[in-house]
Amino acid sequence: MKQKQNLFMKISFKQLLKISLMLIFAALSVTSFAQTSVTGTVTDSKDGTPVSGVTVSVKGTKTAVKTDAAGAYTIIAATNAPVLVFSSVGFTSQQVTAVNGSASVKIVQSSTDLQDVVVVGYGTTRKKDLSGSITTISAKDFQKGVISTPEQLIAGKVAGVSIISNGGQPGSGSTIRIRGGSSLNASNDPLIVIDGIPLDRDGIAGASNALSFINPNDIETFTVLKDASAAAIYGSRAANGVIIITTKKGRAGSLKVNFITNFSVSSITKKVNVFNGDEIRSIVNSTGSAAQKAQLGTANTDWQNAIYQNALGTDNNLSLTGGVKGLPYRLSLGYQYLNGVLVTDHLQKTSLGIALNPTFLNNHLKVDINIKAVAQQTRFADQGAIGGAVSFDPTQPINTSSNSYGGFYEWVDGTGKLLLNRPNNPVGLLKQTSDLQKPSRSFGNIQMDYKFPFFSNLHANLNLGYDISKNTGTRLISDSAASAYNGGGVKQIGKQTKQNTLFDFYFNYIKEIKSIRSRIDATAGYSYNNYLATNYNYRGLKYNGDTTIGSKPVDFEFNKPENTLVSVFGRLQYVLADKYILTATIRRDGSSRFDKPNRWGTFPSVGLAWKVNSEAFLRNSKVISDLKVRLGYGITGQQDGIGNYSYLSTYALSTSNSAYIFGNTPIQGYGPSGFFPGLKWETTTTYNAALDYGFFNNRISGSIDFYNKKTSDLLNSVAQPAATNFSAFVLANVGNMENKGVEFSLNTQPIKRQDFTLDVNFNATYNKNTITNLTVIPDDPNYKGFLSGGAPGVNGFLQINSVGGPKNTFYLYHQVYDQNGKPIEGLVDDKNRNGIINGDDSYKGKAADPNLFFGFSSNVGYKKWSAGFVLRSSFNNYVYNAVNNSLGKLNGINGQYTIGNGTKNYLETGFVGNGIDIQSHSDYYLENASFLKMDNLNVGYNVGKVYHDKATLRLGLSVQNVFTITKYTGLDPEVGNGIDNNLYPRPRTISLSAGINF
Amino acid sequence: MKIILKQTTLAVLVTATILINGCTKKLDLSPTNDITSVSVFSTPTGYRQAIAKAYSSMATTGNSGPTSGDLPNQIINDAGSSDFNRNYWYLQCLSTDEAGWTYADRFDPIGIHQMTWSSSTFAVKCLYYRMFYTITLCNNFITESSDEKLAARGISGKDANDIKAYKEEARFLRAFNYWAIMDLFGNPPFVTETTQIGAVSLPPQTTRAALFTYLEGELKSLETTLVAPKTNEYGRMDKAAAWSLLSRMYLNANIYTGTPRYTDAITYCNKVIGAGYTLHPKYKELMLADNNLNTDEFIWSLNYDGRSTQSYGGTTFLVHGPAGYSADSSGLNGTWNCIRMTQQFVGLFDNNDIRGQFWTGGQNLIMTNLLGTATDGYSSSKFRNKTRTGGPAPNLDNTLPSNSTFSDIDMPIFRLAEIYLTYAESVARGGTGGSNATALGYLQQLAVRARPTDVNAVNYPALTLPYILSERGRELFWEGFRRTDLIRYSQFTTSAYIWAWKGGVASGSSVDAKYNLYPIPSEDLSSNPNLRQNPGY
Repeated sequence: MKQKQNLFMKISFKQLLKISLMLIFAALSVTSFAQTSVTGTVTDSKDGTPVSGVTVSVKGTKTAVKTDAAGAYTIIAATNAPVLVFSSVGFTSQQVTAVNGSASVKIVQSSTDLQDVVVVGYGTTRKKDLSGSITTISAKDFQKGVISTPEQLIAGKVAGVSIISNGGQPGSGSTIRIRGGSSLNASNDPLIVIDGIPLDRDGIAGASNALSFINPNDIETFTVLKDASAAAIYGSRAANGVIIITTKKGRAGSLKVNFITNFSVSSITKKVNVFNGDEIRSIVNSTGSAAQKAQLGTANTDWQNAIYQNALGTDNNLSLTGGVKGLPYRLSLGYQYLNGVLVTDHLQKTSLGIALNPTFLNNHLKVDINIKAVAQQTRFADQGAIGGAVSFDPTQPINTSSNSYGGFYEWVDGTGKLLLNRPNNPVGLLKQTSDLQKPSRSFGNIQMDYKFPFFSNLHANLNLGYDISKNTGTRLISDSAASAYNGGGVKQIGKQTKQNTLFDFYFNYIKEIKSIRSRIDATAGYSYNNYLATNYNYRGLKYNGDTTIGSKPVDFEFNKPENTLVSVFGRLQYVLADKYILTATIRRDGSSRFDKPNRWGTFPSVGLAWKVNSEAFLRNSKVISDLKVRLGYGITGQQDGIGNYSYLSTYALSTSNSAYIFGNTPIQGYGPSGFFPGLKWETTTTYNAALDYGFFNNRISGSIDFYNKKTSDLLNSVAQPAATNFSAFVLANVGNMENKGVEFSLNTQPIKRQDFTLDVNFNATYNKNTITNLTVIPDDPNYKGFLSGGAPGVNGFLQINSVGGPKNTFYLYHQVYDQNGKPIEGLVDDKNRNGIINGDDSYKGKAADPNLFFGFSSNVGYKKWSAGFVLRSSFNNYVYNAVNNSLGKLNGINGQYTIGNGTKNYLETGFVGNGIDIQSHSDYYLENASFLKMDNLNVGYNVGKVYHDKATLRLGLSVQNVFTITKYTGLDPEVGNGIDNNLYPRPRTISLSAGINF
Repeated sequence: MKIILKQTTLAVLVTATILINGCTKKLDLSPTNDITSVSVFSTPTGYRQAIAKAYSSMATTGNSGPTSGDLPNQIINDAGSSDFNRNYWYLQCLSTDEAGWTYADRFDPIGIHQMTWSSSTFAVKCLYYRMFYTITLCNNFITESSDEKLAARGISGKDANDIKAYKEEARFLRAFNYWAIMDLFGNPPFVTETTQIGAVSLPPQTTRAALFTYLEGELKSLETTLVAPKTNEYGRMDKAAAWSLLSRMYLNANIYTGTPRYTDAITYCNKVIGAGYTLHPKYKELMLADNNLNTDEFIWSLNYDGRSTQSYGGTTFLVHGPAGYSADSSGLNGTWNCIRMTQQFVGLFDNNDIRGQFWTGGQNLIMTNLLGTATDGYSSSKFRNKTRTGGPAPNLDNTLPSNSTFSDIDMPIFRLAEIYLTYAESVARGGTGGSNATALGYLQQLAVRARPTDVNAVNYPALTLPYILSERGRELFWEGFRRTDLIRYSQFTTSAYIWAWKGGVASGSSVDAKYNLYPIPSEDLSSNPNLRQNPGY
């Protein structure tokens, strides 16, 4: 029997495709017979253009036809005055009674659809029936400018959601945290679902960011599911919230063309404050040894100027929307080419999006086909140059007259031979490295929603999705480059492919029972997700393709990590009297990442809402237009960040220098890894209490949410009783953490006139993160916590995770200062007064994450002009200035081997920095990095009709990263993990755009 | 048409149902290339590589070179110093008059010489977990090499016999580590191959006395199953190792159990001596790069190789560590200026004794300062990474100057000199089965070798306990004996003998008797509620 099932399984996908095709054919061949013909045309109420593909049906019968390209239709009816129903995706359906065999209508685009219906995962729900904490941001509210990665569209826009870009490289990703993140060691990234396909968070090699494959111009809405009562339908992957991205769909009607072109210039806003050549000469001449003085050059090179450029970029998007023979479509093409501010860095992205949204069988079968494909070509600059430019000797020139080492100045001996272990010329690093990656990715799905003919309240929904990607890339370092001179250069080949598949099937049943004033909306389904990657391994090669000396043939040509998630889920929504709402969901997930006994988990949720404004005493209120109380509870899980096979012990053969000699033969030993067979999900229980409000016809609206998220079975490295495992610490499910917080949002429209509008949006988030347990025996006094957060030039760690405090709390020594307030080098407080400075003298101080952050944005429209800005602010986020630690010391300038550069922080401290490990663990380098940033400032002008009134033109000017106000002394206060170590500077980008519609 | 629709709908439903059932099986996935225990323990070669790991766990820090670690960074953040010998030396030698350490940064053995260690001192944790790691590897090997498993895997004949020999060696490695744990930590958790690895289990705590009984039984079994002395290949142990460990254990039985066993100590010394070992003629050749040739005296050693068995611990750190010790003399690329000796220890030697090999150039005799002053206190050139002829070490990786870091010197765990001294002490302490004359004779052999220019060397020894303690210091210093010896003579924590910086003061002071045992690491107390800390901590 089991074998049979497997056979079925193997063919099932093909079968399903066949079935789908049959359904489509069936739809196309439906015909009917009747007596009188009724004719007419359908036009768009907005601009009077004909709308094709509109379904026209005779009410009470199964007779239906579609409008043609001219919007015309002819339908056969029993009388010459039938009631006709006009419906089409993207338009509000209308009923019209024909007069004398004729009925022409202007149908209205359902632009308000988005406000009325909210995507909630495996279906939609009416916004007024929401009981969970859900925020939707649609295209009109997105951040403006050149956006190379979609999450930046909603930065600062959603309360409780922090989006911090990982740096200024084009296409680089962001750290997204919803309500603080529920995990310590597993992932804190939310699940991202695009058109029903949960994306593989690991992305593809060769692209710095998995989300960069989504063309921001294709996105219609972001829906953020924040609390568990909303997100629990995604079960074991929802503990960090869910972001649902819906892309633009085809829309019936005549062809509409939209073309937007964008031209941008990016430049750095600030440089690290280091010495110039003259200053270094004076420092070395007064403090250096004879050998160091002899090394001084005569140049005044600003290495930071040498590695950064004004980066030009262009971004072009063309979209075609319309309907052909009843087939609404949207086709989009994008081409983006962005240079990085770091010389040689660039990203080229070509994207294609296809959406087909036909309906069949008298609208009983709705089909949505989405295909997205993106090909990128990226040259990654060697980011070692960023730190290199800060620390390289400014008294040396960029180029020499010699043609050795590509003509770049390098540290050589008297004979011109390269000295070992010296820093390399930063410009040479950039220009002599070519790291070219060509990742491409396509994802898409076909979703079929079938409304049963005799049981029209019941829908069956089938969703087949794929997400495939591939990268090939080669990193080349010239054999004349100093950085790889002795090895003959580098040729490093990489290749990876991924094939992820999705199968979802669910039933949805909606029933209004008027007699008891009830509405039931029930969904039950099944989901199968498989993630399969193939990683290829290549031997190290020299620049000329020869095998690198000392490299070994690869043990395995490739590796195929894989994981599967199988789930059943259900949702029941019950609305009583349009006032009281109950939503309950349940999901049961099975994951291949865990051993059999721990493989399945159940994730329930329940939400309650009371629409107070529907009560009699408020129903007629002129002031209060919306008032809803929501309560939510649910359990979600987290399994990302756990290895595919971590529950197994694996063995690795030792390297040849860790062998043991038996007889005369070194034997390489098999070493086993630690493992935890009982590995399972982290589970997060969320309580949410909220109030949604709206005043004056929702001119003022918003929400306030209080939440408490408690994560248990935290994945933590836990001490194993000695001799019971191959590692004294293994990743196990021990520990608890809590995020408590308040989110507040306020959206107002103070001015709303025909030609003058003003929108102001504000959101605020307070989040308090507390680790509540980390040990098998709670409150173990022996356990101090675990350390994290290192930096170059720091021996060990800078942060601690311990019970009672937030994660990534800085764990440093108290600096001791002299009477002038100057820090005394190497002198820190011996907290326990035992005469020894060691880890026991560190104190738990500030944390890296902010506990308070705000977003503030406003848009103003006056006649043909529009303008807007986005401000973002963060408080009590602290940053360790690792740049000052490693470079604010004399021994960085008078280096052991070469002269270097230092930050001007040296002038404040006078630190010498000889082997004083203690200083780098001092809180002197910890700074309050609270900030206020203007992310975006934009102005638009609607030129109006151009080109013989056939087209409309819109022009825009946008500045991104406008200003930053902060006390932080380093380059940028916004540092994801709180340790600032030569971040790729986030540039200021000025862009000019022109959009044309016809 | 309707029929087709109905049928297709039905087909969709049926397919979906089947998928729901079928896909559950899809949750059984396994890695493409990773090696699991099934593949390791399927061939004789795999078994050989698995036992090699148990041996190398005694010598190296990890699986991937000298900066890799078998122990997680929560136990020790500096993987390079996480091997057995370095930490054993910290706890056995650095804690005594034999050595002080210059630095107190976070990767240094803080407070060991001052005797202020605690359950979170990394050297204490590191050695404890290193030894239990080796025990776990051994338990696993023993489980995987049972007769049933070998039969089930189709391994028979010579291959099976080889694996059975490895298994006995795994038992010995386990016994050796449990002995050291008994000596250092007293009352540890106790786990054998009967506990399934990875299953969450809380091992019971055993007592020193119970562990002694277990080890006695285990070693007496091993003396029948290990191969005959001097018949195994280089690197692997034989029966003489079991005899040697038994003699060492019996010598200290009074400390472990309260019952003296000196007669048994003599019995096992005699077994070793009867196997044909002789003292190597030249003391200064004992700790050289080619000391693998010292098969006359060495019974079992931990073996290092400048290319194949690299470690920043082992003997490498005993060549690099001594303060001032120049690269020209040491054979490796320079000193780390860490290790110096107390003036009290230097005082055990007179000018005729060649064993001290003190490094005095640039060093002061008196350890006025402990921390930060690398020149206060002599160090020693006992460990030299050169051959007997003064040539460079045969396996020195000298492709780059920075690579000449790793020592070739093997570290003897048991050598005949110890057995002679154990014999003499057991006789002096009243054990029977030996004779005073033989005992004195052994001491004289050691003295003659140690004092080549002293015409009266043969008259130097006296069969007295104070002489034997001092002689053990002179003969065996830095080889991991001193703490155990001082405890046996009640001099480790008491005021009977003080040395520079004992107790954390320059003139030395006694410390609490609790320091006779090391504390169980706080991590293990956290993870195993069955454990009680040693008294006083």
